[in-house]
Amino acid sequence: MSEQPLPEAALELDCRGMLCPAPIIELARRIGEVEVGGLVAVVADDVAARYDVPAWCRMKEQVYVGEDVAFDGVPRYLVRRVG
Amino acid sequence: MSEAPAVPPRYLDSASSEPLHPAAHQTLLAALDAGYADPRRLHHPARNARLLLDNARAAVAEALGVRADEVTFTGSGTEAVHRGLLGLVSATAYDAPVTHTDVEHSAVLHAAAWSGRPTTVVPVDRLGRVDPDALRSAAEALGVVAVQAANHEVGTVQHLPDLPEHAAVFVDACAAMGRLPLPDRWAAAAGSAHKWGGPAGVGVLLVRHRAAWLNPFPADDRADHRATGFENVPAALAAAAALQAVVAERGEVNARQHALVDRIRAAAVAIDDVDVVGDPVDRLPHLVTFSVLYVNGERLVTALDRRGFGVASGSACTASTLEPSRVLAAMGALTHGNVRVSLTRDTSEADVEAFCAALPEVVAELRS
Repeated sequence: MSEQPLPEAALELDCRGMLCPAPIIELARRIGEVEVGGLVAVVADDVAARYDVPAWCRMKEQVYVGEDVAFDGVPRYLVRRVG
Repeated sequence: MSEAPAVPPRYLDSASSEPLHPAAHQTLLAALDAGYADPRRLHHPARNARLLLDNARAAVAEALGVRADEVTFTGSGTEAVHRGLLGLVSATAYDAPVTHTDVEHSAVLHAAAWSGRPTTVVPVDRLGRVDPDALRSAAEALGVVAVQAANHEVGTVQHLPDLPEHAAVFVDACAAMGRLPLPDRWAAAAGSAHKWGGPAGVGVLLVRHRAAWLNPFPADDRADHRATGFENVPAALAAAAALQAVVAERGEVNARQHALVDRIRAAAVAIDDVDVVGDPVDRLPHLVTFSVLYVNGERLVTALDRRGFGVASGSACTASTLEPSRVLAAMGALTHGNVRVSLTRDTSEADVEAFCAALPEVVAELRS
């Protein structure tokens, strides 16, 4: 949605074609692969991800950074690992 | 739990439709034989039907604390919403805006979109309460403001801030009618009989005496100028009987249901990573919504059904639209793994305890 591209992520999760809650399970499973302070990108075309990535961040006390698009126009949701 | 136990199904989806209240059942059977004629005719059977229809209107008015000439029976809650909202819109200037909260029922959203008017959506907070300042400033424009009485998915009760006198307020009371008193401020309001234990196919449209309301649809020449089509007299009378009974019983029923829902909320919170949604206190007494992280909503509903619990879900995978619940999204709640549990007037403590015992087992199975 945002006009300006967001920062690059240390890890990008390709969740194209996955339905809820698979992208969130993938995010939870793999966020530990980046350093604390690092960014994870979830690339997901399931519309629920737009709401569920920020909700997951709230529940798991991580920081939701924002949304932009991947090279193919699929939404890309950025999360900062803080713990 | 190896084999499916032979338990009677426990219906926990009254927010979709409440089973027929005994008062409605009795009245419906009696009225089916007496209320068949056309209430507009002058012969004896017609006068009987007209009497029953007028009685139904008077009973609804009394139960809601409104005037009888403010009550119109429609074919559904959705029709009451459409007529209520669009009738107010029709009485405003051609470019007057429609303002509504971000958690209105789809009937309101579709009607607002259909009106062709500029639309302002007012956000809600994490509990689903409309932002009072944003609502007040949107209501500065001369137009229609739609704010539900209470939310159909999460139960949160809305409280209107002081709005400018000129704002034409539409209240979708479909989830709350009978259970909670009507809000004070409305020019038009809507209710749905099968949500309070009346029969399906009866909606209640309220239009305030002297409110600016114009029929938005083709007219008809029925007993009530705000309605079209042949009146379902027996169903209207049954709906009125149920409403009277529900209002008379609500002191006791609401307190009991509120406490039972607290019990379900506590059981849901006790499970790791469950997002319990909506205002915990200022809410409809009979329903609760929660979302279970990492679990598919359809599988959750199916697994609970296998154990005899019939519940609804706002998750995308359980909806016809493939879109998750707008209400959950607007509140920033988790949209997957969602379940709405709503109690009927007969749901017992034992039913709720059985649900609270089954829930963590089902969630553990689905997460493993």
